[in-house]
Amino acid sequence: MHEKELRHLIEQVREGRLPRRSFIQQMVALGLTAPTASMLLMHAGVAQSQTPPAYKPTKRGGGGTLRALWWQGTTLLQPHFANGTKDQEGSRIFYEPLASWDRDGNLVPILAAEIPTPQNGGVLEGGKVVRWRLKQGVKWHDGTPFTADDCVFTWEFAREPATAAVTSGIYKDVTVVKVDSHTILVSFSKATPFWATAFCAAEGMVIPKHVFGPYIGAKSREAPGNLKPVGTGPYKFVDFKPGDMVRGTINTDYHMPNRPYFDAIEMKGGGDAVSAARAVLQTGEYDYAWNLQVEDEVLKRMEASGKGRANMVPSGNIEFLQLNATDPWNEVDGERASIKSKHFAFSDAAVRQAMAVLADRKGIEDFIYGRTGSATSNFLNAPAKFRSPNTKFEFNVDKANQILDAAGWKRGSDGIREKDGKKMKFVYQTSINAARQKAQAVFKQACQKAGIDLELKSVTASVFFSSDVANPDTYGKFWADIQMYTTTMTQPDAERFMDQYLTREISSRANKWQGRNISRWRSDEYDKAHLAAESEMDPVKRAALFIRMNDLAVAGGHIIPLISRHRVSGASTKLVTALTGWDLDFSGLQNWYRDGDSKA
Amino acid sequence: MGSYVLRRLLIAVPSLLGISVVLFTVLALAPGDPFEELALNPNVPAEVRDQLRKSFGLDDPVWQRYFRWLAAMLQGNWGYSFISRVDVDTLILQRVPVTLAIIGASQVLALAIALPVGILSAARPYSWFDRIASTLAFVGFSLPTFFTGLLLILLFSITLDWLPFVYRADISATGWQWWWEHIRQAIMPVAVLGLFQGASWMRYVRSAMLDVIRLDYVTTARSKGLAERVILLKHVVRNALIPVVTLVALQLPAVFGGAIVTEQIFRIPGIGSLLIDAILRNDTPVVMAVTFVFSCLVIVFNLIADLLYGWLDPRITYR
Repeated sequence: MHEKELRHLIEQVREGRLPRRSFIQQMVALGLTAPTASMLLMHAGVAQSQTPPAYKPTKRGGGGTLRALWWQGTTLLQPHFANGTKDQEGSRIFYEPLASWDRDGNLVPILAAEIPTPQNGGVLEGGKVVRWRLKQGVKWHDGTPFTADDCVFTWEFAREPATAAVTSGIYKDVTVVKVDSHTILVSFSKATPFWATAFCAAEGMVIPKHVFGPYIGAKSREAPGNLKPVGTGPYKFVDFKPGDMVRGTINTDYHMPNRPYFDAIEMKGGGDAVSAARAVLQTGEYDYAWNLQVEDEVLKRMEASGKGRANMVPSGNIEFLQLNATDPWNEVDGERASIKSKHFAFSDAAVRQAMAVLADRKGIEDFIYGRTGSATSNFLNAPAKFRSPNTKFEFNVDKANQILDAAGWKRGSDGIREKDGKKMKFVYQTSINAARQKAQAVFKQACQKAGIDLELKSVTASVFFSSDVANPDTYGKFWADIQMYTTTMTQPDAERFMDQYLTREISSRANKWQGRNISRWRSDEYDKAHLAAESEMDPVKRAALFIRMNDLAVAGGHIIPLISRHRVSGASTKLVTALTGWDLDFSGLQNWYRDGDSKA
Repeated sequence: MGSYVLRRLLIAVPSLLGISVVLFTVLALAPGDPFEELALNPNVPAEVRDQLRKSFGLDDPVWQRYFRWLAAMLQGNWGYSFISRVDVDTLILQRVPVTLAIIGASQVLALAIALPVGILSAARPYSWFDRIASTLAFVGFSLPTFFTGLLLILLFSITLDWLPFVYRADISATGWQWWWEHIRQAIMPVAVLGLFQGASWMRYVRSAMLDVIRLDYVTTARSKGLAERVILLKHVVRNALIPVVTLVALQLPAVFGGAIVTEQIFRIPGIGSLLIDAILRNDTPVVMAVTFVFSCLVIVFNLIADLLYGWLDPRITYR
């Protein structure tokens, strides 16, 4: 899709001929995130069409206790120190950002009075300066009013290197200035089409100045507020045991009417995903369970008892295969998989093509992932009805055989193909995980029929995904021919996501294998497109460049997308949640309630 | 006696130092670092991780880190967790009550089963009672706790829906309701651990009893015409219990150590689950503190067992 077509589509949305939702879904299919697509529309002056969340309760409280189960327990409650989503989720009960993302990629105001747009004067100089108006009358849990000073303080806190805040990447390059008690200006060093980073979503939670004020920098660990959060959220802090339990009670001064519905919240941690699913779906002991990485068949069996249901929310997570572009077995200049080497088979485009048709995506979806994932040929994830008809995937062993025959890979006496004395024997590695081992077996079987011998290797997840320089089995080193894992699109803007195919990001000894380009595929055209996107001010042109980059990476053939995985969670039949694939599970916690009838 | 205790305690110092060196080295050599989750998140710049590693002193050589840890430990400063940034002693103290309650109750249950059953089976060896008890004991200690735990959950929580299988340390109820809720959720884990432990202890009690019951002084007591009950309880059990007491004393540190697998299955926030989480996340200060306290307890209880042995059996003297 080119810039022109994009503009055309945006025009259609503006004129109301194309539903906003369809536009966003098409963009998602092309590899942009819903928030990016939503920002495109906002930039073009198309107002957000917010369907207010269906919220039935007519008064605050009275809902009893909401019991949530997180099989990875929250270990800390300071959002700017969060080690992972589990900590962000725990913090999100008490703290709030200025705005968060809903399911369709709309920016929803939380502590902001309105979402800044060019029309209301909120986005100035093409996104170089953003003016946020804060909601009036919001109080911290201890009664102190929430003001612009708190936002400025949050910025100062997070950007200070000695604080070692994990959010510093977002705050270090912006400047935040207080205009009046309820207005701030966020300035970027250059025009930023995607400005909804600071103070938005998981990284945007605002912390109170009067609690954390004396604890900026090296003293940050000592702040009593780290363990006893004082926020603006729907629930007030009661008790916290790291790794085990977070408890909160209703905030009767909450700034949204009739909210929250529950009188108290309990977030229990620990255990494993299967038994968490069981506690919600089968016994009903708990109301909600996060991140159920459980086989669909098991989920279905549990759902049969009628106490709960599994929610699937589309997200940007993709299970994919990587074909190594370099030679992982022989050292060049003392380095395995050196960028100076070439893979004996995968440097041949025909082999890559054959491998792609040998991947039985449909089979993997049907028999392994079920509802929890859908087969995809795009690196990019698409909801089924908007999957582009042009991108097709096929599973065809005969075709693979033809391609390989034509390319001169002849079968040897043992049935395994070879060329120039090199046999088609590949090592195929992934992490230990029931679904992945099954998928490995499926692929091995198909390859066998095509005269390719795969040696399966599975590595414990904690080793495979570690960044340990001394360990040869990490995914970053990729000292194997083929590997499989899930790449997550955690950031709404594509710039960071797309740098994983840049030449400068190639994982090598020089960068201690921390480079993000793991398959080590490279293309000058791709590098140029990314460079252009970095300095492109026009969001539409920029989006077109990202789409182009996606096409290049997929056409390169070193990446074979398999399954687009959904975010799976479990909820009791009566619980009405407000889940989104682009923000935290608890980003809509204030809107959760219990209802007589069930809604997805 | 006094000099014996002093000598044992002095010997304990180098062994504790040795243990701490080994633990620290193993942990330092183990792959990964506590900030792995951050490494997977492309939103977090690499400088943040470097800054964290630097501020937690992870980039220094292992021996420097070890001596820093040792010096702090000697001053009573246990350090703080890399993951939750909370002081380690706070973390451990939070977990102690639940661990003591659950593991303690299971040990009491184990004793309450092992003693009477063991004594009765030894009193009538190879009777029907003995055979059934022995068979059950073999079944009991050959079934691993993770298996019996899941079986109980399937039966009592899922099929019958009588008992909850997620353990909650803070229950908001008060009075009788509070006790009832706690007992209800503790039944399954305590039964799993207690029956497993009880099965093996019952075999110990039985064999210790059989060793004693054939001795001459028991025959003498019988020929004096004493009642069978008196012979068993006064003459046999007291002597037979000497090895059992040692065994139980040696088992007591495990009460503190918790039960890693069972705690995981029932989500009990005990020391065991703290330890396993810390190990999985390379949280060195927590792992060091828990294992170190555990090794101290093992050494102390070994000493106590030795002293207890001498007290129960006056023929043993300490020099």
